Amino acid sequence: MAQTFLDSNELVLNMGPQHPSTHGVLRVILKLDGERVNGTECVVGYLHRGVEKIAENRTYQMFAPYVDRMDYVASISNGLGYVLAVEKLINVETTPRAQVVRVILTELNRIASHLLWLGTHALDVGAITPLFYTLREREEILKIFENYCGARLTTHAFRIGGLQYELYEGFEREVIAFCDWFMPKVAEYEELLTNNRIWRDRLVGVGILNAADCKRYGVTGPVLRAAGVKWDIRKALPYSGYEKYEFDIPVGTNADTYDRYLVRMEEMRQSIRIVRQAVGAIPEGPIMAKVPKVLKPPVGEAYVSIEAPKGELGYFIVSDGSINPYRLRVRPPSLINLQALDQMVKGALVADVVAIIGTLDIVLGEIDR
Amino acid sequence: MAAEPWDDDLTRALAQQFGNRVERYATYLGQKFLVAEMAAVRDIIEFLKLEAEFDYLVDLTAVDYPNRPKRFEVVYILYSFARNERVRIKCSVAESERPLSVACVHATADWMEREVFDMFGIEFAEHPDLKRLLMPDDWQGFPLRRDVSILAMDNRWVKENLGIESGQ
Repeated sequence: MAQTFLDSNELVLNMGPQHPSTHGVLRVILKLDGERVNGTECVVGYLHRGVEKIAENRTYQMFAPYVDRMDYVASISNGLGYVLAVEKLINVETTPRAQVVRVILTELNRIASHLLWLGTHALDVGAITPLFYTLREREEILKIFENYCGARLTTHAFRIGGLQYELYEGFEREVIAFCDWFMPKVAEYEELLTNNRIWRDRLVGVGILNAADCKRYGVTGPVLRAAGVKWDIRKALPYSGYEKYEFDIPVGTNADTYDRYLVRMEEMRQSIRIVRQAVGAIPEGPIMAKVPKVLKPPVGEAYVSIEAPKGELGYFIVSDGSINPYRLRVRPPSLINLQALDQMVKGALVADVVAIIGTLDIVLGEIDR
Repeated sequence: MAAEPWDDDLTRALAQQFGNRVERYATYLGQKFLVAEMAAVRDIIEFLKLEAEFDYLVDLTAVDYPNRPKRFEVVYILYSFARNERVRIKCSVAESERPLSVACVHATADWMEREVFDMFGIEFAEHPDLKRLLMPDDWQGFPLRRDVSILAMDNRWVKENLGIESGQ
């Protein structure tokens, strides 16, 4: 009797799908031994909308707004990946002016995405203040988006071949003003968090995923860079003219949650650097390349990927020569990165699971598509 | 623009190792791909990982061609950090066939193969835990097959779990 009473049976704890720290509808089944996590199982799909099936039933242009609904905090990145993939298939390159504007908006979107991540991640581990700060700054970016295309989140800012809208009067001034105003704000977050005792205690040494494991699990983005791998698709396989801009790839050394925080903070500064260079060099000219009204890419297939805020976002499109994609596959960075969760939380405490889910920066809309 | 032949050190090394088990090496729009027989794919991926540093499986997916004798095409996209290049590997799979899982070579293939199983019904042999990823476990049918309409759904599941006659 005493034997069974003291038996260290695993306790199975269900976290989610309705749990604030899972950032959506993610269910994680935790196998616990006391406070220690022995293993996890993720259950995803609660937000599945069949985006890939929808693509097969829409024309190339009609499908473009749907991609914004995947990673809805970085919809401009989603849109950029999609239009680049279709442009590859039809072998069209967009105009220089459109390229530069795309870079500006995409980098602003990267900052917006990182800001939301920082605010919610801090909230998850108990720091409430940063959320109000980061949402305040994010608001300014969303205002720029709203002024540009009328939408704040699901923007549909780009079109296949270029841009839908010409820049509005005062765009450059607004973006530069934002850059000037934003840089001290990053220092402000760092002041609040970087040497904060509680913040460090919760993050340093938590959720380590080294470079070899990152590659095994196909993990990309800031998580891979925090493991010391200096790899960013903007540098490795440049697109949209990223080779013209000077910026650094921040890397970490300890591959833990704290390093991933530092990497993302630096990425925001680097994005500002890119935006400044781009705003100063917007060429004159048309915003749309010559693209047929009825789009029928030749039979064939292409895989195009970009460095989204979360990692490698890829589109694999198969064309059968008709107006609809024959098959469209999205390689979602959030889903692939989430797969490493099990490895990262093994041996950690229950409270760390929340920090580790936060540091992966997942968006369930993209995981489930 | 048609696909062009692909010939370099890598294809020669592969040809030496796998001979006629690889049917074709080509590039399309500057992207390299090879078409191999299904049974050789895992060996090729392992060879590329160990001998040519293709250590990152970017994506694994499938395309359905219901009119072909072997209706599915499974697509693997590999990347090498050291060489900074991507290759695609494609193989045809009949409805009754079971390709070998590559999860033992690249751990990331686990969920990708589950998604392909979920959406197309392709079963991967030797997969550690093959079950649906996105759809409910007891769902009937495979949504991304081309002969499944976008409006089609598992009415039994909808009735039992949502308590409504139809989702439409």
